[in-house]
Amino acid sequence: MKPIGPKPRPRRFHQASWDEPVIFELSRPGQRGVLLPPVEAEIEREVGHPARELPGTLRRTTPPALPELSQNQVLRHYARLSQETLGVDLNPDIGQGTCTMKYSPKVNEQLARNPRLTELHPLQDEATVQGILEVMHRLEAMLGEISGMDRVTLQPGAGSAAIYANVCMIRACQAARGQGERDEVITTIFSHPSNAAAARVAGYRVITLYPDADGYPDLEALKAAVSPRTAGLLITNPEDTGIFNPRIAEFVRVVHEAGGLCSYDQANANGILGITRAREAGFDLCHFNLHKTFSTPHGCGGPGAGACGVTAELAPFLPVPTVECDDGRYRLDYERPQSIGKVRPFYGVTPNLLRAYAWIMSLGAAGLRRVAEIAVLNNNYLLHQVLQIRGVSAPYAAGKRRIEQVRYSWEQLARDTGVRSEDLEIRVADYGMHYWTSHHPFVVPEPMTLEPTESYSRADLDDYAAVLRQISDEAYSRPEVVTTAPHRSTVHRTRQESFDDPDQWAVTWRAYLRKTGQDRG
Amino acid sequence: MPAGEPGAHPYIPNSVPEVQQEMLRAVGAASVEEFYADIPRELRVEGLLHLPAPLLSEAELTRHVEGLLARNTSTRDALSFLGAGCYQHQVPAVCDEINGRGEFLTAYAGEPYEDHGRFQALFEYQSLMGELLDADVVNVPNYDGFQAAATALRMACRLTGREAVLLPEQLDPDKLSMVRNYLRPDVSMAQVPFLPESGLLDPDALRAMLSDRVAAVYFENPGYLGVLETGAEGLAAAAHSAGALAVVGVNPLSLGVVRPPAQYGADLACGDIQSLGIHQHYGGGHGGFIASADDPRFVMEFPSRLFGIAPTIVEGEYGFGDVAYERTSFARREEGKEWVGTAAGLWGITAGVYLALMGPQGMKEIGEGLMQRCRYLMGRVAAIPGLRVPFAATPHFTEFVVTLDGTGRTAAQVNRALLERGIFGGKDLSADFPSLGQSLLLCVSEVHTGEDLDRLVDALREVVR
Repeated sequence: MKPIGPKPRPRRFHQASWDEPVIFELSRPGQRGVLLPPVEAEIEREVGHPARELPGTLRRTTPPALPELSQNQVLRHYARLSQETLGVDLNPDIGQGTCTMKYSPKVNEQLARNPRLTELHPLQDEATVQGILEVMHRLEAMLGEISGMDRVTLQPGAGSAAIYANVCMIRACQAARGQGERDEVITTIFSHPSNAAAARVAGYRVITLYPDADGYPDLEALKAAVSPRTAGLLITNPEDTGIFNPRIAEFVRVVHEAGGLCSYDQANANGILGITRAREAGFDLCHFNLHKTFSTPHGCGGPGAGACGVTAELAPFLPVPTVECDDGRYRLDYERPQSIGKVRPFYGVTPNLLRAYAWIMSLGAAGLRRVAEIAVLNNNYLLHQVLQIRGVSAPYAAGKRRIEQVRYSWEQLARDTGVRSEDLEIRVADYGMHYWTSHHPFVVPEPMTLEPTESYSRADLDDYAAVLRQISDEAYSRPEVVTTAPHRSTVHRTRQESFDDPDQWAVTWRAYLRKTGQDRG
Repeated sequence: MPAGEPGAHPYIPNSVPEVQQEMLRAVGAASVEEFYADIPRELRVEGLLHLPAPLLSEAELTRHVEGLLARNTSTRDALSFLGAGCYQHQVPAVCDEINGRGEFLTAYAGEPYEDHGRFQALFEYQSLMGELLDADVVNVPNYDGFQAAATALRMACRLTGREAVLLPEQLDPDKLSMVRNYLRPDVSMAQVPFLPESGLLDPDALRAMLSDRVAAVYFENPGYLGVLETGAEGLAAAAHSAGALAVVGVNPLSLGVVRPPAQYGADLACGDIQSLGIHQHYGGGHGGFIASADDPRFVMEFPSRLFGIAPTIVEGEYGFGDVAYERTSFARREEGKEWVGTAAGLWGITAGVYLALMGPQGMKEIGEGLMQRCRYLMGRVAAIPGLRVPFAATPHFTEFVVTLDGTGRTAAQVNRALLERGIFGGKDLSADFPSLGQSLLLCVSEVHTGEDLDRLVDALREVVR
């Protein structure tokens, strides 16, 4: 046999395509997926059938039209759908910038599935949950050290919930100080949209700052925005451009001098772990996304986990309960009269707290710093590779290095070829990768946001750049290949018109059947 | 070379020093320090953070973490009757198998082309919940049932242009706390009392509290104290007569036997999906749902993503995408509806798997069996001298209140004594519901055998003697 030839780059890929029906179409009356333990005959004799004795207004007369499938059919259906989903386990997930798509270690998965965690009820006696309380207490302490803050809560369900909790603490703190007239929150356009949106829900008017000519948050604009109505600043650093704001301490000082509080959205913390902290920059509050920086899996959009860090001054306002330790005995403390109360049932997304704890323990201080440094090295290496591709640029801060991600622009490519960033987003799927444009509005024209994290090898980065180079070449030579993508995906281009038309949109199978005039089979 | 451990770390491919040198050379940098040039010296961490020494090998890490977890006693080690918002049910093995698959576990926010399966699985979740709830619109899960209630109430305020809501007195105090904080800026709240003899919401008190300021009447079915609101239809009608919406929180597991809220007049239904195939996770397994009719006025007020089905350019192919995306904070920042972000997608997929496994027959059987066990335990507990089940004549789903005032013992004492016998008793209601005296909220599960129920009854009898 002759040697088999080398692999082409980019690799030949085709996404799994099972042509899977919607689950209702697989139903056959009478089939069962699971059986239930029967109620003992003597119990039934004693109590009869209370469900059947419900008053007519409360008794369900028509059974829910759920599908009827055997167990193997359900398994196979969902296993196929999973194959049609591109998780981090399957691709160097560099393209979903701002999301910090890093490796979620499998050993942590095993630990999080331990029955002594999964089968704990949150209202058990504290004596029976000392282990998980110790994990939470230790994780709080570690995140306190990583941020420099005095106290940490692990309760918020994810990053946006943590932003919201921080805004609520600002509101409660200022109410306690008799500063209820402070009703404005300042954020930047390159901070996550939830900073603006959660502040609005909490009752604030939102002022959004745009960058200066170099792409840095605009200090003069901040000075013009602060006033006696300023409640606080909600800001990301580095911002979603990957640019670190070197005047961050001055931003904080300006807001403090105006009487406001400063909350640090640390969604982009991966490149600065052990390098710089919220405390030294003067922040009053901060938050981490444990599903980003601390490796817990993203779960198709959650559950994530959020952690808020605060200074001692803000600590009285933390959600209840806090986890306290007295002489080696852990307990939950609800006696916090100034607390904002609950932001979520119970104590947080506990399995993710355990995973984050295990991740930090598997790295230690030197390991965390190494995570940051290599995430940043990877990013600057990828930046260098991408900038050699025709049609793409990295606006702002020309010639400067970036932290852990870059917001690029394909403006030149669009001008030259008519191919838009949103076309590239779809075409990248043909190569087995992800790609993301940007949050809205698109301040950077034809945006692309890449964040390679520490989890990918140099070869992975080269592979990703090779895909972009290939698609750029296609745009210049055969643009229709890009604009008619996908070609090797699970499905072909979806007709979008119905999604914004109330007469056509269908959020459930039953609505689809009704709107397309079909009877139930 | 960057600071750190000398050897390669298994989670960091480029921790090999030679690779780093090649990459630095490629970008023309002398060291990683150059990348941090924008960070002022005074903001830099000196040396290393003070963290525990790492456990670099899986063996060390597993031993350490399992050692910590071994200090917990789980609801499998003991016999548990705890509920109150987090429920012990049998989780079908296929649920864990599917949510453990790396493709679903580690995907996030891709497009419908590389993540077609994620979109279909969540569309199916919405559809399965839609059948259970008899509703044409169900959201991609939000954080939890608390958030679902809070958002449903904000939706009702936007829909009616009003700024007051009525909630039941018999509400989870934690949920009340979260909702109060969420509505604080511009919505006022009042609580409708319950009738002491039945545990049901007082319809006369409700009517007296209604006005043209009230956007929504919120109640739960089953309520926090376990009773099924037999007057649900009247409560919804009362809300409507004042121009308010009826918003109903439900345990979806009850809907194989209990009518879904849409069939007795609810405009919005909401709740938590933890009981649908998700472990208790010490309270970390929650996801929220909101459901409505397919009325564009309602649809446009949802903050969450709504996945829709549509044709592709190929005949016979299903495509999926975001319905009415422009309403979200992703599209419009603070001008969007509340906010959307990472919430509970994997739990949504899991709940979908659960409903597909259960089917209509499974949902009927589990509802019937839970109500039988609940009534059996209520009857046995009520027969113990000194114990009283206050709302015994009202139908219950899985939970019920027992008052201990006739025993001279506190709820905490009783729970402690049960714990000594390997039983996790009920949630202690005494502080939050003083009108119920010293009381517990007990909860049954289909994992309880008759012997388990009798064991609790025997233990209670012994403890209060």
